[in-house]
Amino acid sequence: MDIIPSNIGSSLEATHSHPQTRPIANEATHSRQEHLLPDKPLVTIEPGKGWGSLELRDLWTYRELLYFLTWRDVKVRYKQTALGVAWAIIQPLVTMLIFTLFFGRLAGVPSDNIPYPIFAYAGLLPWTFFSNAISNSGNSLVGSANLITKVYFPRMIIPGAAVLAGLVDFAIAFVILVLLMIYYGVIVTWTVLMFPVLLLLTALLGLGVGMWLSALNVKYRDVRFALPFIIQLWMFVSPVIYPASFLPPQVRWLLWLNPMTGIIEGYRSSLFGRQFNWTALAASTVITLAALIYSSFTFRRMEKTFADII
Amino acid sequence: MKPIVRVDKVSKQYRIGAREARYGTLRDSIAEAVRAPLERLRRRNGKRNYETIWALKDVSFEVAPGEVIGVIGRNGAGKSTLLKVLSRITEPTTGRAELYGRVASLLEVGTGFHPELTGRENIYLNGAILGMRKAEINSKFDEIVAFAELEKFLDTPVKRYSSGMYMRLAFAVASHLEPEILVVDEVLAVGDAQFQKKCLGKMGDVARKGRTVLFVSHNMTAVQNLCQRAVWLKEGEIVEDGSAGRVVASYLKANSVPAHEQIWEDPTTAPGNESVRLRRASIKPLKQESFDMLTVRSPFDLEFEFWNLQPNARLNLSIVLYNEEGAPVFNTGPADEPKWHGHPFPAGLFRSVCHVPGNLLNDGTYRIQLHVVRDESVVIFRLDDLLVFEIHESVERRGAWFGKWIGAVRPSLPWSTELIEADTALVGDED
Repeated sequence: MDIIPSNIGSSLEATHSHPQTRPIANEATHSRQEHLLPDKPLVTIEPGKGWGSLELRDLWTYRELLYFLTWRDVKVRYKQTALGVAWAIIQPLVTMLIFTLFFGRLAGVPSDNIPYPIFAYAGLLPWTFFSNAISNSGNSLVGSANLITKVYFPRMIIPGAAVLAGLVDFAIAFVILVLLMIYYGVIVTWTVLMFPVLLLLTALLGLGVGMWLSALNVKYRDVRFALPFIIQLWMFVSPVIYPASFLPPQVRWLLWLNPMTGIIEGYRSSLFGRQFNWTALAASTVITLAALIYSSFTFRRMEKTFADII
Repeated sequence: MKPIVRVDKVSKQYRIGAREARYGTLRDSIAEAVRAPLERLRRRNGKRNYETIWALKDVSFEVAPGEVIGVIGRNGAGKSTLLKVLSRITEPTTGRAELYGRVASLLEVGTGFHPELTGRENIYLNGAILGMRKAEINSKFDEIVAFAELEKFLDTPVKRYSSGMYMRLAFAVASHLEPEILVVDEVLAVGDAQFQKKCLGKMGDVARKGRTVLFVSHNMTAVQNLCQRAVWLKEGEIVEDGSAGRVVASYLKANSVPAHEQIWEDPTTAPGNESVRLRRASIKPLKQESFDMLTVRSPFDLEFEFWNLQPNARLNLSIVLYNEEGAPVFNTGPADEPKWHGHPFPAGLFRSVCHVPGNLLNDGTYRIQLHVVRDESVVIFRLDDLLVFEIHESVERRGAWFGKWIGAVRPSLPWSTELIEADTALVGDED
């Protein structure tokens, strides 16, 4: 027999929580080997009753799959492209140049006394990450129909991996930001410590929105057509091209209802050592968490029918 | 003994037509939302206005640890739905199932393979998708590669693999899963004979190691060899549950209703897929005999008409003839036909005829399984029990022997006997 006897002692067994001892395969007999079965079933399969639990433990068990799917997305993204990862730089960089020309120079859009190119780039960096996150995760389930109909795993992993894979692009584009900051002589202060928090917030918001869209996309393919449109409109109501201060104070609060406002302004404060608008950041955090919780439960409720309708 | 799998009155309902109208648009839903209350007012009984089908109906059974169970039944009997419910891909509509061990399901080999990634990368990806931990894959990596016999191509993207190499790699990963409960669909329906044999061997090893296996197959020989027990599903219900030999025998007996011709006039509903649809299959005696008169001496033609829907596909039919024990007697395809073999087929209606000579088959019931093959290697469509027919004993060939001639075939082979040397002295020894 060409099989190693057993994998007792491997990490698989070590993390296995139920009291199960697996007999080491010995003779090729048909004798039923005595299993010590757990008293309670490991898995109970029954029709779902509407709003269920999030089953976070199940998600934790499959964390390695999240890693592998992210890794696959990263590996595959720039395969068979001539420019490769350069695309991660070209996208925000060229957009920044065009914005600088049209909005910074020609239209004279203010930029809170920060040189317009770096002002725009600092906004485009999180925006590009966010828009890629919702667009990639929004289409991720439909693109993984073959997995969904053939294998079980928590479906949340699919949009989750799509969001995480965008972090690589973010990191590459971030290098350009650092170079621009050196070029413009920006001095970094303690406020930069908020940067990772803001990045986490962006990712969570991207996941919240993307996950919900991906589940909706399984049922209604309209999402695929609506997505580019939504993203475009969303950018114009976020302070990417212009600062929040560009709007008259009476209507500025409207902008804060958009969670990306607090986040993008936050990135600028963090990078350029400005005062944070904590109210706006708090509003963004609350909206982000609310969106994430709502979309997780909706996703869990809808995922039961994915395999049947995808 | 306490069961490791307990299935209790599991049913699964599907909406008919849900496959064609796969997903609605938002507009439909809005229209539906407006229409539905009106509709409900109109028909007071509250019945929904679409038809449903029960893919599984009150299915209950238990599996003891270490048991290997074969699930058999015709296409559409609910076998795959049962496996999908047990592997948690889809939820049952009613009922409940309890699993007292880790499950891995193998409904398809190579799930999640990415064509751009190398063999090495796909081993990790596919392993993770099937539920293996990274450390587990690491420890079995060399073994998987050796089983697949692909050492030299590990760093080649799998899109450059031949379909045979692809299958070998995919099965190598899958066969190294070590769950307590293994759920396997007809993964052996594809691939060449040698590969199938290797897979069956591996399945046997898994079974002998004390794992619980649920195995869906159309290969009755495999079910009889691998499983102690079989469950026969028909239209979503269990017809029989018992020892594999007995259930397989009654399944084959029940499915021996002759089918000498099958016709589908509508290419949208005929069996097939987006590439090929079947129009007609028939068995045609060549000597003005009726079907009831086909004997071991009778030559006959098997005719198949099909629509090719994808221009320039390199297609060929391949048929497997099974006898009443479920053993394949032969597999044949038009490999020696120069006109079409290996050439692209334009879209259109085709007829393929296979001539079966007389004096070849033994008497008994035979069934034809049809495969449609693309590029001589990829089975794109399969249909079981397309034709079922009876071959009778012939008076001329029976001779004085009244028992059944044994053997899968009954060829008439030339024999010659001659007297080498006459020796009368031998006669005297008798007394």
